[in-house]
Amino acid sequence: MKNKMIEKKKKAVEDFFAVLPHSISLGMGIDFIRDGEVGMSMPYDSKLIGDPQTKVIHGGAVFALLDTCCGAAAMSHPEQIGPTATIDLRVDYMRPATPSQRIKAIATCYNLTKSVAFVRAVALDHNEEKPVAMAAGAFVTGV
Amino acid sequence: MEKISPEPVALIKKRRNEALSQLINSIPYISFLGVDFERRGDEITAILPFKDELIGNPSLPALHGGSIAAFLEISAIIGLSWTQIWRQIEDPGSVTGSSDGAKEFSLPKTIDFSVDYLRSGLPRDAYARATVNRAGRRYASVHVEAWQDNRNKLFAQGTGHFLMPLNK
Repeated sequence: MKNKMIEKKKKAVEDFFAVLPHSISLGMGIDFIRDGEVGMSMPYDSKLIGDPQTKVIHGGAVFALLDTCCGAAAMSHPEQIGPTATIDLRVDYMRPATPSQRIKAIATCYNLTKSVAFVRAVALDHNEEKPVAMAAGAFVTGV
Repeated sequence: MEKISPEPVALIKKRRNEALSQLINSIPYISFLGVDFERRGDEITAILPFKDELIGNPSLPALHGGSIAAFLEISAIIGLSWTQIWRQIEDPGSVTGSSDGAKEFSLPKTIDFSVDYLRSGLPRDAYARATVNRAGRRYASVHVEAWQDNRNKLFAQGTGHFLMPLNK
């Protein structure tokens, strides 16, 4: 019974995030969904370059991936029903993402109250030892 | 005493506009999102013309948090860079009559960026203006306000810290 619920929830989250136009235009895809934890990734693309001298993608593209992944993590929390919206999100850019490498995000919803979900996330490229960016934010729940 | 005639206005405008478009056209992500800029003197307004690819939730519909954040971060970076370039091309002693200050210009690097989503982004054009609250030699702090129909009803605001490039 519980497994069936989890599968149903997973499907709902997958379906919701598969049709977001901005996520589609950035090429985002879901890697995994667990209770309150989601992995998502996005390919490198020259149209996303933010610094022409280094060919590093723009921070805004990484922000978009982290925001989407955090939203999905909030939605996949076992006690969360329905969609969420971002209240605020802070991203720390720790190092430039290596050009031509896929960016992966992993988000965890570590606390959920009646009205707010607290989420944090990490963005990685092929060097998984040193994160590219980290995010922390609050999301609306129970809408 | 010889009287120095003022620089013709057309020449000033040309220099400023060329410097700004050089800066903007060098960044592919700006054209990916379709962000445009309007200049009045040294003040810049960023414009995000609505298009379907900016949508997050299609059932509302509302702008994607990611496209809003990227729009704000772009506005902050351009706003901050513009204050640097302005100094290079407009300050007495550095006026060369050209927009070369924008060539080979290294962009500031974002250290962190924080976005407040105040209202959901409607499926229409958005505007943003950045304020450089502090620009030291190494670090800068920039605040950005974004609105849609009403200037005094912000739908998002952001604050970011930037590492300044070592431009001469």
